[in-house]
Amino acid sequence: MSILVNKETRVIVQGFTGSQATLHSEQAIEYGTNIVGGITPGKGGQTHLGQPVFDTMEEAKKAVNPNASLIFVPAPFCKDSILEAAESGIELIICITEGVPTLDMLDVKKRVDELGVTLIGPNCPGVITPGEAKLGIMPASIHMPGTVGIISRSGTLTYEAVKQTTDLGLGQSSCVGIGGDPIPGSSFIDILKLFENDEQTKAIVMVGEIGGTAEEDAAEYIKNHISKPVISYIAGQTAPAGKRMGHAGAIIAGGKGTAADKIAKLKECGVHIADNLVEIGAKVAEVINS
Amino acid sequence: MNLHEFQGKALFAEYDLPVSNGKVIYDAEDALKACRDIGGSKWVVKAQVHAGGRGKSGGVKLVDTPDEAIEFSKNWLGKRLVTYQTDSKGQLVNSILIEECTDIANELYLSAVIDRDSQRVVFIGSSEGGVNIEEVAKNTPDKIIYEAIDPLCGAQGFQARKIAKVLKLDAVQTKQFTPMLKNLMKLFVEKDLSLLEINPLVITSGGNLHCLDAKINIDTNAIYRQPDIAEMHDPSQEDPRESEAAKNDLSYVSLDGNIGCMVNGAGLAMGTMDTIKYFGGNPANFLDVGGTATQERVSKAFKIILDDPEVKVVLVNIFGGIVRCDLIAEGVIAAIEEVGVEIPVVVRLEGNNADLGSEILSKADIKIESINNLGDAARKAVELAK
Repeated sequence: MSILVNKETRVIVQGFTGSQATLHSEQAIEYGTNIVGGITPGKGGQTHLGQPVFDTMEEAKKAVNPNASLIFVPAPFCKDSILEAAESGIELIICITEGVPTLDMLDVKKRVDELGVTLIGPNCPGVITPGEAKLGIMPASIHMPGTVGIISRSGTLTYEAVKQTTDLGLGQSSCVGIGGDPIPGSSFIDILKLFENDEQTKAIVMVGEIGGTAEEDAAEYIKNHISKPVISYIAGQTAPAGKRMGHAGAIIAGGKGTAADKIAKLKECGVHIADNLVEIGAKVAEVINS
Repeated sequence: MNLHEFQGKALFAEYDLPVSNGKVIYDAEDALKACRDIGGSKWVVKAQVHAGGRGKSGGVKLVDTPDEAIEFSKNWLGKRLVTYQTDSKGQLVNSILIEECTDIANELYLSAVIDRDSQRVVFIGSSEGGVNIEEVAKNTPDKIIYEAIDPLCGAQGFQARKIAKVLKLDAVQTKQFTPMLKNLMKLFVEKDLSLLEINPLVITSGGNLHCLDAKINIDTNAIYRQPDIAEMHDPSQEDPRESEAAKNDLSYVSLDGNIGCMVNGAGLAMGTMDTIKYFGGNPANFLDVGGTATQERVSKAFKIILDDPEVKVVLVNIFGGIVRCDLIAEGVIAAIEEVGVEIPVVVRLEGNNADLGSEILSKADIKIESINNLGDAARKAVELAK
């Protein structure tokens, strides 16, 4: 088992014929991902990477029945593309694009929640189930099928955690980059739930960073609902407090959001903390073997 | 992206929000004409910088004559204003806002932000305006109201009435506040704001609501669709190295250590800084070269890092996800040759084609420490910086 994606997942790529989409779709196909087609408005009827191109998701849905979409369209068009996928009955949408306006995401998040669609991202590396399917931009070579579930707000930090668990022979069940934007499609909690119910996952790595209270909220959830061991690393322990403008941000954060606050809260809720980035793998091994 | 008070107030005026009659000047000589154009016999002169706390630092003054306004402008234009919200260098004052004087009966607080928890635009209001609002939020949270606005429905009258209760507005003021809240929300959405703050929102001696300050922050992701706002950008309010970096799509923040860092990805960049600190060193900067670390960008990044005279060693940490490490290795070598880097450079490459990348680095004529393990690379950089 695994979470979100596997060999059976039928993937449609939005913005299929663009350069980034082409590069990563080629790699995904090579990895064994079941890409069944793509969408580029105006290029319907063509064939790209051996797969059919459609003008609209509705046409794609009828012709090749995808259940997951991978989005590479430029930021100004992400709102449109995510909503097109969600309204067409796609169950899982993964948006890689960075730079999506926050107010677009407020509208999008409300609508995908109403439709019960799972959205990962934007501004994320995507989702991979090692040995089965790769829906994203992560380097395939560092992954290995195994028992650790990984969730992270940062792309390259995810790779770091993946590499370390691979080097120690633990491998990963699935890895999910939820993205670093203020309004992400899925939260740590959404993904923690999935890993808790996944038999293959024996331990969960949660890589967080300063800003917001997503890690604090996750800590509380872990204490009450997660039986599997969770190991966490928080980036930004040495980041200086930025220049500020006004008080509103500080009031709404209520003094939370620093690395020290997050680590204290996580510890209090029984989460194992890797003090340093280079020790994530070792900490996982220590927890699993104890 | 931040706006100046005078720019924020211009937007307020566009949305029918009550602001003072005022003029912005860039030259002290223009203060006299500004005072005359505004009229009256009392003016408020306000140094325009991207930071709060100006009043307490002498950046705002009530004057009785145009001469005093000229004097104030001469004093501040070209100087840096340090407040508790700036760093120790302060912010450059290159414009002064001169306004008609408003008689204040009461100071209130109103702001709006995008709240990550509720995933809504949330208005925050309090009857206790002024600079101690954070204390109020902490010590007497019941004096603050948080009202979330549905993105599809917009601000409603009942929400204005709820906030008005906490602001302790009377019936007339509540009637004024309802269109005000709707217009503020409209402004927030139409101009892609990420933060809006009116501190203080005042009740004048005449009993009317009035916006005495305006702090506005725009979502940088949305600047592409706000050409008018993009024009308002004032690079003088930013660290010169930071704005130079931003022009090249690099994200750079200068710090006070001596180990220059070049990393791909913001999370890994912070993680690299943490690792340097963990091994006893001090990072000189945060620098995210982004997902596509081309030779051109790596060169630019080196130039920006080396512009800081404190830097004794550069640590390059690239985890190749999108890009191939062999291409990055070639880019790093070319950039070092082009820029003429004379201090030690430690490079850690991992991910896509990392072995090939390391091989290229080790064969190069220039002195690069190529270390695959991040811990070892950070330790080496710390040792070289001593």
